[in-house]
Amino acid sequence: MTPLLEVRGIDKSFGPVQVLHDVTFSAYAGEVTALVGDNGAGKSTLVKCVGGIHPIDAGEIVFDGRPVQVHGPRDAGELGIEIVYQDLALCDNLDIVQNMFLGRERKNGLVLDEATMEELAGETLEGLSVRTVKSIRQRVSSLSGGQRQTVAIAKAVLWDSKVVILDEPTAALGVAQTAQVLELVRRLADKGLAVVLISHNMNDVFAVSDRIAALYLGRMAAQVRTADVTHAQIVELITSGRSGDLGLKNGTAP
Amino acid sequence: MSKVKELPGEAVVAAASSPSITNSSRAYLERVRGGDMGALPAVFGLLVLCTAFALARPSFLTAINFANLFTQGAAITVIAMGLVFVLLLGEIDLSAGFTSGVCAAVLAVTLTEMGLPWYVAVLAAIVSGVIIGTMLGTLVAKVGIPSFVVTLAAFLAFQGLALVLVSEGTNISINDPVIKAIAQKNLPPALGWGLYAGCVAAYALVQLTRARKRARRGLVAEPLSMIAGRVGALAVVAGVAVYVLNLERSFNPEFASLTGVPIVVPVILALLVLWTFVLSRTAFGRHLYAVGGNAEAARRAGIAVDRIRISAFVICSSMAAVGGVIAASRASSVDPNTGGSSVLLYAVGAAVIGGTSLFGGKGRALDAILGGAVIAVIENGMGLMQYGASVKYLVTGFVLLLAAGVDALARKRAAAAGLR
Repeated sequence: MTPLLEVRGIDKSFGPVQVLHDVTFSAYAGEVTALVGDNGAGKSTLVKCVGGIHPIDAGEIVFDGRPVQVHGPRDAGELGIEIVYQDLALCDNLDIVQNMFLGRERKNGLVLDEATMEELAGETLEGLSVRTVKSIRQRVSSLSGGQRQTVAIAKAVLWDSKVVILDEPTAALGVAQTAQVLELVRRLADKGLAVVLISHNMNDVFAVSDRIAALYLGRMAAQVRTADVTHAQIVELITSGRSGDLGLKNGTAP
Repeated sequence: MSKVKELPGEAVVAAASSPSITNSSRAYLERVRGGDMGALPAVFGLLVLCTAFALARPSFLTAINFANLFTQGAAITVIAMGLVFVLLLGEIDLSAGFTSGVCAAVLAVTLTEMGLPWYVAVLAAIVSGVIIGTMLGTLVAKVGIPSFVVTLAAFLAFQGLALVLVSEGTNISINDPVIKAIAQKNLPPALGWGLYAGCVAAYALVQLTRARKRARRGLVAEPLSMIAGRVGALAVVAGVAVYVLNLERSFNPEFASLTGVPIVVPVILALLVLWTFVLSRTAFGRHLYAVGGNAEAARRAGIAVDRIRISAFVICSSMAAVGGVIAASRASSVDPNTGGSSVLLYAVGAAVIGGTSLFGGKGRALDAILGGAVIAVIENGMGLMQYGASVKYLVTGFVLLLAAGVDALARKRAAAAGLR
């Protein structure tokens, strides 16, 4: 099986600090790939490189078998790569429909086509079996954390996206809401999308992911199938970059 | 968070249905209690002020004074309408008052000193507004100077510029009949009624077609009774206003009859319709709200935030120019103090009293009119009471503070209620 999204040998420096060293990472359609690593391991930087927020210094991004250039969020969006950021990027003063279509409004000539947008937003939420919001015309400010996360994810799915990258979607949520969001993450993959889940929470990672990629100090320590590893091994990979045969040898790629 | 929203079984669409009057009014009450009071403080304040002034000075209620309110408040209302755009982004334009002064001076120079036709002069004034707005907006958005500082600097500089334009303090009189007519002449009574009928019918038609379209697509539409209520209320209020304005208000009707709706009224209405349409029906308006609500989210959604910022300042300054034209028309002259003294604070006050938030993300074009009415009533009523400038300044300052306080408290309350 070929990965839908593959980054090969990416280097990224901010001034004198090299944040990513020769990182290789793949995400497959229909699977949830968890991206784990300690604080400062480079998870967010890697995601921002894929999303076109940071230009890469070296390496290439391969999408659906062909190398692509991602120069900005627009490029990523056109390829079908959507990123749901940790701080959600929703406007509190707008309602759910307005947020989902923000920046890509449907128009009838000059006028906004509210009816079509409302229909599409409703269909998308229904397609994801989201039943937790009262009205899709309520303001985002009145939503709970889990509901906001749901809206942010639904916004990413609305655009026929093929890859959805979620940055710590459950970090600020309670137990019940975390379960809801994880269920939603699983459903996205079951619909055939390639899902990348950044998380610190091992329970979440083992609950939904098919593969796990562990970053250690800017290097990819290992990318393995979730079924093949244990909790303890992943924790070791995160904290020391190696675990038995897995991981980095002497601080370099295996 | 209310408990209802957490119930997992509730379907997405089901909840939004059943839009009965009781439901709508309950939702409205909930919003008000949550701190989103909208136009309520302005309407309430207007009623209290009008009652108080009417009791203290019966002449407040005369037709001539009612007509005066419109011409007195027009320039400030128009400037406030422009300020709404800047306030929506959480920015401020302290120079809007003197921008209107500078643009009025441009009008006077082109019209009186250069003898150009009125439309060229008005165009020149508005173009000056556009240039000023572009400059301010670029300094704020691209250079990154806080708008408070940029416009404070402009506030000083434009006073100088106005002095230069009217050659160190003389005043330039405006003699063009068309320009003078804007704030001094009235529509013929029949035309006033025609305008009234047209506006009410158009409003009803727009509301009804929208509801019908939504209902046809199976979306939640407003109930007919709600629309009828709103159209009815508009018809009654506007009807009374037009009727009173069409009464004879000259002291000596045989000598010179004075009836009809002041021409500034349709001018302001046209601006209201234009900017309401832009704000609520176009992508540009949506993006303005988005930038005001969460600029980072807007940027990530691919919105050109800088361009939105600059265009808000351009709209603000060009509306200030229109306000300057109206002020020049009312005074029949332009001097270095046109748009000075309290104009800016009155305009900011009008926007905030009307319900536009100083924190950004919340505001409508209509707010400027409601707030402008409150300011005009205070100014007018205090004048009738023959209070001096000292009391006027004190009271207006207090009202502005009160409005900003209501805004801040409402925001706090909304945060607590989870509505913001």
